[in-house]
Amino acid sequence: MIRSVNGNTAFRLALMGVAAASLAACATKKPMPIRTETPPAQTQTPPRTELPPAQPGVTQVPTGALPGSVQDFVVNVGDRVYFDTDSHDVREDAKPLLDAQSTWLRRYGAVAVRIEGNADERGTREYNLALGARRANSVRDYLISQGVTADRIATISFGKESPLDAGSGEAAWDKNRNARTAVVSGAQ
Amino acid sequence: MTSTLRKSAIHLRVTLFALLCVFVVVASVQPAHAEIEVNVNRGDVQPLPVAVPAFGGTQGADIAQVIAANLQRSGLFRPLDPASFVEKNLTAAVQPRFGDWKTINAQALVNGQVTVEGGKLRVDFRLWDVFQEKQMLGLQFTSSPENWRRVAHKISDAVYERLTGEKGYFDTRVVFVAESGGRGKTIKRLAIMDQDGANPSYLTGGDSIVMTPRFSANSQEITYMSLRPESSSIFLFNLETARRESLGAFAGMVFAPRFSPDGGKVAFSVERRGNSDIFLMNLSSRTSTRLTSDPAIDTSASFSPDGSKIVFNSDRGGSPQLYLMGADGSGQRRVSNGGGRYTTPVWSPTGEFIAFTKQTGGEFHIGIMRPDGSDERLLTTSYLDEGPTWAPNGRVLMFSRETPGGPPKLWSVDVTGRILQPVPYPGAGSDPAWSPLLN
Repeated sequence: MIRSVNGNTAFRLALMGVAAASLAACATKKPMPIRTETPPAQTQTPPRTELPPAQPGVTQVPTGALPGSVQDFVVNVGDRVYFDTDSHDVREDAKPLLDAQSTWLRRYGAVAVRIEGNADERGTREYNLALGARRANSVRDYLISQGVTADRIATISFGKESPLDAGSGEAAWDKNRNARTAVVSGAQ
Repeated sequence: MTSTLRKSAIHLRVTLFALLCVFVVVASVQPAHAEIEVNVNRGDVQPLPVAVPAFGGTQGADIAQVIAANLQRSGLFRPLDPASFVEKNLTAAVQPRFGDWKTINAQALVNGQVTVEGGKLRVDFRLWDVFQEKQMLGLQFTSSPENWRRVAHKISDAVYERLTGEKGYFDTRVVFVAESGGRGKTIKRLAIMDQDGANPSYLTGGDSIVMTPRFSANSQEITYMSLRPESSSIFLFNLETARRESLGAFAGMVFAPRFSPDGGKVAFSVERRGNSDIFLMNLSSRTSTRLTSDPAIDTSASFSPDGSKIVFNSDRGGSPQLYLMGADGSGQRRVSNGGGRYTTPVWSPTGEFIAFTKQTGGEFHIGIMRPDGSDERLLTTSYLDEGPTWAPNGRVLMFSRETPGGPPKLWSVDVTGRILQPVPYPGAGSDPAWSPLLN
């Protein structure tokens, strides 16, 4: 695209021309003779013995994640709740966390989330996809019951495909039966 | 052998193998009734000793090895060590020296000759009944030279069928999910290989989680599920053209796709608000019909071979069990009745059995039952066995097995439960689906 040269551009071009000309002038100057000079002998001043004046103290208070950010949600609210074997009922011990999620989501009304349901490895692939979907939906229902509007919540199930803990055994399975609330848009 | 004799031989099959030694002894007196038969129904048979010397000609030894390995893995045959063979350099053009094969107690002998002419591979082979000293089968196959393994599989199928009276399953392929990357960060790619683990190749990249592939009845099309964080999809994949096509967008998750036996429809599950139900899509009109509407989980549909019924998985009774319905969704009723959790039902190609995964007391099993729920037999037990698929003759099942913390591996077991072994594919794999016999 060809643009006409406006006044401003012309002015800048002119300046550049001046600068180039002066550089060229410098280049043709004869080098200055180097003066050699012996520095004066330094007289050592002994360090003073009195203490420096007291400085005011600095207090440090953690401000944490930026309010309304993904980090704020994950760190200060918590993004994951856990389920019992073969169950998709929201556990009593998960409710305070989901209440906090609801409060946070009501405060930051532009945020949209996706709830990802997960299952442990002690089931077959397709049944576990369906089970994970039930868990994601249980969390969705709970958040809606706490005043979060339905159109802000999507759900999906990863079945047993995305274990939080790669190990095998009760401890790993307990962690892998969960639903994670992932912030997908609208955060700070 | 006349068809009448064949029929009587099939009727006798249950008892025939036990009498085999007697038949062999009386063979010279009553040759017409003394032919070798291999019993596929009994779990306690001794495999039949068979000799498969290297075929003459280029790649003759390779072809014989593939045949011997197929017969061995079936569990019904015991290929003899070539080092024990007395007669050497046997070709298909002359009669074997039967005495030499009787000496090492070979009951059957497979020999052949490979000829390459005008860029074509020709393989002539003969199957011999050693103790009767007669030819049971003689066939010639022609193909392109790079196709030599398929020729070996077709010979294996011909030998298997002649000796057992049932169709073979060696000229088949398996589509599966090849896994890499370790647990928690697994990369899953759709892959295909010959039934013996040879010629593996990938059909998809690792950019989404792929699951549960299934063949159509013509072996040229696959349907599978693909999962991304944002959505799930069901794809059709044509193996000849490599064309991939989505079944479309749905409100909710879609999973567990299966072709109808005529290939014209796909049954699948749709999850909406936590409720999974089974739908049926007509592939030409792209219209879907809802088959189940129970608020429980309904998934893993599998058609009967005649297409009239569907067996599926539901927890409408409180725990996952197997249910049966008409292909239009009518007459839904429970068929599994043992304790434990039943999932992944798969109707056998012969219609005789339904295979399934069962969980009891912290263990997983692959099992079979009659379509009415009777005659349940558990064929395997392990930490995690899952997802059986039938060989096209309904005699062997392939499935995936995991040890605690380990990657899944492909295994196979026959319907007697006696012949359990890993599939000779070195990598990690899950969700195998066996093709029909290739043409």
